[in-house]
Amino acid sequence: MLGLIGRKVGMTQVFDDRGVLTPVTVIKIDGNVVVSQRTTDKNGYNACVLGAEAIKPSKVTKPYAGQFKESGEPKRILMEMRDYDQEVVVGDTLGVDLFKEIAFVDIEGTSKGKGFQGAMKRHGFAGGNATHGSKFKRGLGGTGMAATPSRVFKGTKMPGRMGGEKTSVQNLRVVKIDEDKQVLMVKGAVPGPRQGVVIVKKAKKK
Amino acid sequence: MDIIKAIEAEQMKDSVEEFRIGDTVQVHFKIIEGQTERIQVFEGLVIAKKNSGVRKTFVVRKMSYGVGVERVFPLHSPRIDKLVVVRKGRVRRSKLYYIRDRVGKAAKVQELIKKKRH
Repeated sequence: MLGLIGRKVGMTQVFDDRGVLTPVTVIKIDGNVVVSQRTTDKNGYNACVLGAEAIKPSKVTKPYAGQFKESGEPKRILMEMRDYDQEVVVGDTLGVDLFKEIAFVDIEGTSKGKGFQGAMKRHGFAGGNATHGSKFKRGLGGTGMAATPSRVFKGTKMPGRMGGEKTSVQNLRVVKIDEDKQVLMVKGAVPGPRQGVVIVKKAKKK
Repeated sequence: MDIIKAIEAEQMKDSVEEFRIGDTVQVHFKIIEGQTERIQVFEGLVIAKKNSGVRKTFVVRKMSYGVGVERVFPLHSPRIDKLVVVRKGRVRRSKLYYIRDRVGKAAKVQELIKKKRH
């Protein structure tokens, strides 16, 4: 796996190499540093711990700051990336140029919180007629059987909290990479609000 | 947000041909067919301009074999090779959608003739 931590800046449109106006999401990669390495001998698995975004050393607790002893300044975001493809050493700084040769990426983020939503919006239920004297409009319908089992099964799709959970989008085309601005542009939308933390990975299925 | 503004500014052309709604323009549009590249000229009446920044577009309408054809061009598109104003028009609104419902002489736009100042 190959990945970096970034922040969604927002969406805009750019002309791609064929001169077609393409909708893109701009992702800022801010100072990714290799904090430590997990190895099979020591930890039982291979991984690379990445940190991103500087934070004031006075703002962090001592146990948290202790993790950055080898790599330097403490970072706001910490994340483990399993089986990192690139050869890295603790203290290395990684930038967007990592994705130079990569055409497609997968992006993980936390979707926008939608609050308490009904079954139609949350699970795509059809609902009933809006007109023609309908008395069943946006309800969810039946939730179970009759006397047997005489209960509602766990996990039945019902209204509730929607959004604010980890969401991935796969196979987004990398339209442009700007090394001066440390910015990555991918075609299409990315989960989460502007300024939300996203993980950009090399596409799994391409 | 400044990053987005900077990216958009990069995409925009430094200078674009000035034209107004109601003008008749020739759009020299690059068409890429596999390896070869040629230029197609689309001539017609500018009936609308929309959006802002890089997304700014304009609509050109022409009659082709008795059928009205409209094309939307992004103003800053690198595929626009050249833009020539053939005739200036005298109009009083910014969207000339009413032209779509008119045929023949009624669909004409009067030419703009500027009076010389003494």
